[in-house]
Amino acid sequence: MSTVYIPAVLRPNVGGVKSLAIDGESIRGVVDALIERHPALKAQLLTDEGDLNRFVNVYVNGQDVRYLAGLDTPVVASDEVRLLPAMAGG
Amino acid sequence: MPKSYADLLREARRQIPEVTPQDVDAQPAGATTIVDVREASEWEQGHLPGAAHVSKSYIEQQIEGIAPDRDQPLVLYCAGGVRSLFAAQTLQEMGYTSVASMSGGFQAWKSAGLDFETPVVLSGEQKQRYSRHLLIPEVGSAGQAKLLGSKALLIGAGGLGSPSALYLAAAGVGTIGLVDFDVVDLSNLQRQIVHTTERIGERKVESAKIAINALNPDVKVIAHEEMLVAANVERIIAGYDVILDGTDTFETRYTLNDAAVAAGIPVIHASVFRFEGQLTTFIPYEGPCYRCLYPTPPPPELAPGCSVAGVLGVVPGILGLLQTNEALKVLLGIGNTLAGRLVLFDALETEFTELQLRRDPNCPVCSDAAVEARKAGRPLQVDGVNVEAPFLITGSFGSAS
Repeated sequence: MSTVYIPAVLRPNVGGVKSLAIDGESIRGVVDALIERHPALKAQLLTDEGDLNRFVNVYVNGQDVRYLAGLDTPVVASDEVRLLPAMAGG
Repeated sequence: MPKSYADLLREARRQIPEVTPQDVDAQPAGATTIVDVREASEWEQGHLPGAAHVSKSYIEQQIEGIAPDRDQPLVLYCAGGVRSLFAAQTLQEMGYTSVASMSGGFQAWKSAGLDFETPVVLSGEQKQRYSRHLLIPEVGSAGQAKLLGSKALLIGAGGLGSPSALYLAAAGVGTIGLVDFDVVDLSNLQRQIVHTTERIGERKVESAKIAINALNPDVKVIAHEEMLVAANVERIIAGYDVILDGTDTFETRYTLNDAAVAAGIPVIHASVFRFEGQLTTFIPYEGPCYRCLYPTPPPPELAPGCSVAGVLGVVPGILGLLQTNEALKVLLGIGNTLAGRLVLFDALETEFTELQLRRDPNCPVCSDAAVEARKAGRPLQVDGVNVEAPFLITGSFGSAS
């Protein structure tokens, strides 16, 4: 199971936890499993077409999946997946 | 057997190779490290271009800061060529393998009609005020003079801008611009430490100016009491060496990014939310820009500002100081910036996480195609369709460099 880190702004959608252990062989698998468990995340992570929203970045072990294989980026059990929406506060 | 000065000098001449000023002048730049071993008062009267200064009395303590590699070729000089011979002996004892002394010293250099530089001389008061900077080899009086001649622009005199304003002022950054249209409110004071209870109701730029000048009267403050928008951004940012982005709206962040990329000005970015912060440095065309990181802004419900979501007061304090550290490095040209790296800070865990950022080859602002389009004064199009980029400014900038 990979560890998915949830940013503060999305935590109300996942019961307030900071990270979740999620099964999945790719980012798509992890995101789908996450949404199945917490459906409120769907509108925030995915477009109507099922692509990743462009205002949420997804990193696997510190690397942006946009520059890997996007939703098809493979994920193994020891990987750290991080969801990162932009924040504007100053 | 006791030795006379003449004995010591003969010994030194036997041990240390001597080179002429003409030999030194003929060296390609950077091939040899030139070290001036005279006293500070002599150095201030003029020195060889590109030389480092370590007075002979500090040579053992400070040489490793300038020449960490023992095999690096060094040429030492003083006023007449004697002190540099003795200093070179000391370096040989320390294991430096290629040390020469310039015969005739700085006097011979000047007599030969060769170029020299006169360093900016700090006043007595400045030497005292910045003494802890002057002691650091990476800053020194040349670096301090650079800071005094630098211009930094703070977008927002709020949570992030407060520590930046104070520490930039304390560091002696000569000109600090402040962009803010707001007035000081009681609810700001939990984190915006540049303001005070007495100044509630005053304009933030004026309040910050009072604090900056109380800390350091050397600093010139330029107050831009207006909201940064597409119509004024180019005028406001012109002439600044570095910009610290501490605003609290996406619209301002994208507007600033687009204009700063076009003007080629580095932007130190930070943003905060409750217990968390994000920080990076955008150096136009060398690393990614804000749009490479976040191509589009999130919907408002996903990105509430501090006035809606709240923030632990120290979080913008910590992030604002890290921004200031980045700004000082950019201004001094030292160290490694956060260009291409995003730092996340979690105050609850006291945890820093680093993520790798990349330049987006299709970025609507900093890609080659975007630069071409901007130069031509037309919107960027891909396959005949205008690229979607909210708040994108097009056509207002003649050049990207």
